[in-house]
Amino acid sequence: MSASTKPRVAVFKMASCDGCQLQILDAEEALLDLAGAINIVNFAEASSYMEPGPYDVTLVEGSISAPEQIEQVKEIREQSKFLIAIGACATSGGIQALRNTQDAGAFVRTIYPTPEYVKTLATSTPIADHVRVDLELTGCPIDRGQLLGALSALLAGAMPRISTSSVCVECKRRGYVCVLVAKGEPCLGPVTRTGCGALCPAFGRGCYGCFGPSQPPNTDALGRRLVDLGLPSKLVADKFRFITGWAPAFREAADAIADGRKDEEVAAP
Amino acid sequence: MRYLDREAFGKLVDALAGAGYDLIGPTVRDGAIVLDHIDGAEDLPSGVGEEQGPGTYRLTSRDDDMVFSWAHGPDAGKRFLFPAREVLCTAKRNDGQLTVECRPGDERPFAFVGLRSCDLHAIAVQDRVFLDADPHYARRRERALFIGVNCAVPGGTCFCTSMGTGPKCTIGFDLALTELPGGFVVEVSSPRGEQMIEVVRSREATEEEVRAAQAVTTEAEGQMGRSLDVADMPELLYRNREHPRWKDVAARCLACGNCTSACPTCFCHDIVEGMSITGDTATRTREWASCFSEEFSHIVGMEIRKSRESRYRQWLTHKFASWIDQFGTSGCVGCGRCITWCPVGIDVTEEITAIRATDGEVEVAEEVMAS
Repeated sequence: MSASTKPRVAVFKMASCDGCQLQILDAEEALLDLAGAINIVNFAEASSYMEPGPYDVTLVEGSISAPEQIEQVKEIREQSKFLIAIGACATSGGIQALRNTQDAGAFVRTIYPTPEYVKTLATSTPIADHVRVDLELTGCPIDRGQLLGALSALLAGAMPRISTSSVCVECKRRGYVCVLVAKGEPCLGPVTRTGCGALCPAFGRGCYGCFGPSQPPNTDALGRRLVDLGLPSKLVADKFRFITGWAPAFREAADAIADGRKDEEVAAP
Repeated sequence: MRYLDREAFGKLVDALAGAGYDLIGPTVRDGAIVLDHIDGAEDLPSGVGEEQGPGTYRLTSRDDDMVFSWAHGPDAGKRFLFPAREVLCTAKRNDGQLTVECRPGDERPFAFVGLRSCDLHAIAVQDRVFLDADPHYARRRERALFIGVNCAVPGGTCFCTSMGTGPKCTIGFDLALTELPGGFVVEVSSPRGEQMIEVVRSREATEEEVRAAQAVTTEAEGQMGRSLDVADMPELLYRNREHPRWKDVAARCLACGNCTSACPTCFCHDIVEGMSITGDTATRTREWASCFSEEFSHIVGMEIRKSRESRYRQWLTHKFASWIDQFGTSGCVGCGRCITWCPVGIDVTEEITAIRATDGEVEVAEEVMAS
């Protein structure tokens, strides 16, 4: 394909650590094929050469956390035929959404010597809260294979298929021994969306939910199980509030566990 | 019946490796006795036991050198005969020419060491699904060699006696071993088994050894951790499809799919089409899927089994009831893996027993039954 007929692709970031963008740059042997198939015309992490829109496919990393990002993401949407939100921040608000239930202004006043210079929103929210998103790739960071698969599908004119099954489905495919059953390790895999290749269980650790909730998950039942394993209910709530804690299913789970705990305290003699 | 001492058994296993077989046997990894590629008898779990319960599995140590004194790990033969992910076809585009390759690969044949009777029965169940339909499965299955082990120590979630599938190996093996403190009583059941045992020094088992082997089975039969009444299947589950228990279990079920992956007979899979970035190579891959995933029942525009309740009911009813209509056999071999490896310990025997206890509590209209 000549440069003129290749899809024009742009990559932007909002509030984020750039880790998802690095997954693209880390694509190694696929990079040359990628460069041959698409025309990356705006990717500040990779090049200072930046073309204006419109773009055929736009990847947006990061959450909306500052007032100017609301306008910026609307402009990006207008310039983009197909917009993909990439990563936990762009799809759920990210770790920085921990502020959403707190007094964000107090953090700013505590951390910055001149807080009046810092313009920030009280909440950190996903891209889809602000503009229409055509596809979400979750994860902290995203899975490179999943991104390349999505781009390959789009190049072939097909809608990418992103599985909503649990991490367990992939964990078992790979033959890993269940860390929850065999070691009593707290694991969010049963309620977390697959995509990472069951990376944490592969190393004997419980999943911490960075790909966000799976299909409507039964967080109540898993929460009860983690408490049965000996985890204090506050810690169980904190597990759901972690990387993708603002995703509605995990947020509600954490709130329900925290509420239940309050009830227990009231009921205690 | 033949008798092999431990040394001869080790040599038998080595001889299989020497003859080019890919040895698949139990070995300790990551806190479990798993079925994996092994190099020889020295990889078997000597002096290791296990404790299994609903949602829990722990290794224990034994003060002897028995290598098969435990029930089973998370995997059965399924992982090898019906691999979790397998490329079925590859298409390549070269200078405008399209070539498509769908032939089964030319891997070494498997020699399974130590499958239990439940595992052998499970392979017979999967044979009915794949053997005639799938050349990849058929090739692996037909070339594989099976050394079964008569189970001596059933697990806390086992109920093979209820399903008529154990603990003694009755089908699907070339050799079946019963482990005694000094060695193995061996039942030979195929010409391949005859050839196999001829390469090492064995002798006729003594009457006493044969009796001791029978005692191992008798004792195992009395040690099942679970039991299940399967009378009146499939009708029991058909007429209780509106039973309140389905809602109850759905509140506990994570719909994570662990039961279906651990089940040695569950065969559901997805076919995934993949393409390289350049568009020059495409692959068709089969991978394990689970009826507990919402996306599993996705048809154009919708999922037909939205609720966990409907998915759990579908799985249990298929496994214990409609499987009989479909394949002429139950889909359950009573291994109990779905109970052990369920992260929240849901127990199929408990669920079915609860439904039976209040059989017919909610009547299903006749015309609905007929539809």
